Amino acid sequence: MSGQWRVSVDRDRCIGSGLCAGTAPEHFQLVDKKSTPLHELVEPDEAVSDAADCCPVEAILVTDPITGTTIAPA
Amino acid sequence: MSTGHEVMQARTYPFGDPDRLNLDPMYSKLRREEPLTRVRLPFGEEAWLATRYDDVRLVLGDARFSRAASVGRDEPRTHPRQGESGMLSMDPPEHTRLRKIIAKAFTARRVEQLRPRTQEIADGLADAMQQHGSPADLVEHFADVLPVAVICELLGVPFADRDKFQTWSEAIISTTSLTPQQIMEYLGNLHGYLAGLIAQRRVQDTDDLLGAMVRARDEDGDRISEQELVELSAGLLAAGHETTVTQLPNFVYVLLTNPDRFAELRDDPSLIPTAVDELMRYIPLGTAAAFARYATEDIEVGGVLVRAGEPVLGSLASANRDGRVFEHPDELDFHRESNPHLGFGHGPHHCVGAQLARMELQVALHTLVTRFPGLRLAVAEQELPWKKGMLVRGLRELPVSW
Repeated sequence: MSGQWRVSVDRDRCIGSGLCAGTAPEHFQLVDKKSTPLHELVEPDEAVSDAADCCPVEAILVTDPITGTTIAPA
Repeated sequence: MSTGHEVMQARTYPFGDPDRLNLDPMYSKLRREEPLTRVRLPFGEEAWLATRYDDVRLVLGDARFSRAASVGRDEPRTHPRQGESGMLSMDPPEHTRLRKIIAKAFTARRVEQLRPRTQEIADGLADAMQQHGSPADLVEHFADVLPVAVICELLGVPFADRDKFQTWSEAIISTTSLTPQQIMEYLGNLHGYLAGLIAQRRVQDTDDLLGAMVRARDEDGDRISEQELVELSAGLLAAGHETTVTQLPNFVYVLLTNPDRFAELRDDPSLIPTAVDELMRYIPLGTAAAFARYATEDIEVGGVLVRAGEPVLGSLASANRDGRVFEHPDELDFHRESNPHLGFGHGPHHCVGAQLARMELQVALHTLVTRFPGLRLAVAEQELPWKKGMLVRGLRELPVSW
């Protein structure tokens, strides 16, 4: 398996702005007012990296699951 | 669940003229009895108004509600002119394309880097106010200057041009304070001014946000058009200061009319970050709910079936006083364990400058309580002059003594 992305949200940092869930509802939802990824591993999708780039507190981290390299935020 | 809005009589909205920072009691009645109600604004089509926290969050945050769908509709609004709301008339992914370009400059991390410089500016203003002597107008000497100086540095706009663009910026938040002709003229001037600064950056690159936006445009023209670039930078300059310029005197007004709360911050400034969020929750900055979201499919809100194509307004101020989420919601309490207020909105259009505003307001309050521990109103509360005909509530002057 290659090319997938790992998505994680730092719930301590998350302020529940709703940006990611409103922008990429197929990838994020708010649980108890904090963002939660719907899937830990996803196919590369600009909506996911955009959500990480737009998060006001950079609580979303998108990485390469094999190398651990950060894909977003840029 | 009811679908019969045909039989529901639309209420006139806003419910009354804004009274200082008091929220009309109709909101709490509606939250209790009729969480989704029909309203008719001075302009545009009839709309639904949501007043409960969960419903407002749904309307603002759920992708089944659209701002782009407002384009071409006779949008419910408090002012005669329609449209020109830029990013606020877009949905993801178009909205994200622009948001991404500016979002990086406004993250909590980047904003922290501006804190020392913001403190320096605030200290300078406090020195000047001391020299001027008591009493002084806090709006003129402090609140009108601090956020403008900061957004100028962030964007790369010369502070010396402040008199010009501050006049023109009012066009973006005016409802009736300016004539439609003035609004068009001021917007034209503001756009022309920014276009000039953008042209300069094509001659000489800069490392400010304007420079970054110009690079994003010139390196990949699909990301942002020239017109979007001008409108976006004008929007940032205007929104980036009109809001905080107005909210800072509101904060100080609330603290000086609740002297126990002012004393609390003076005695323990470590409470200031939570106080800033509590004041954001407590103060209804907007005069009315605005920027209706249009349902793109039938969807239930507050026990009512909203039909596809219908506009729904969400009242942030009402959501922030919802007792289902906030204990003793009408009290100003700097010790709340969690404060998920909607003062900066919610969802894709959550205020891009929220972290910047938080930082500026924290620095401002810290500076005021430490430099002016005896701060108080210099005139009777009833004599304070409030702005009229704007999207936001605020003071024209705030005379203070110390």
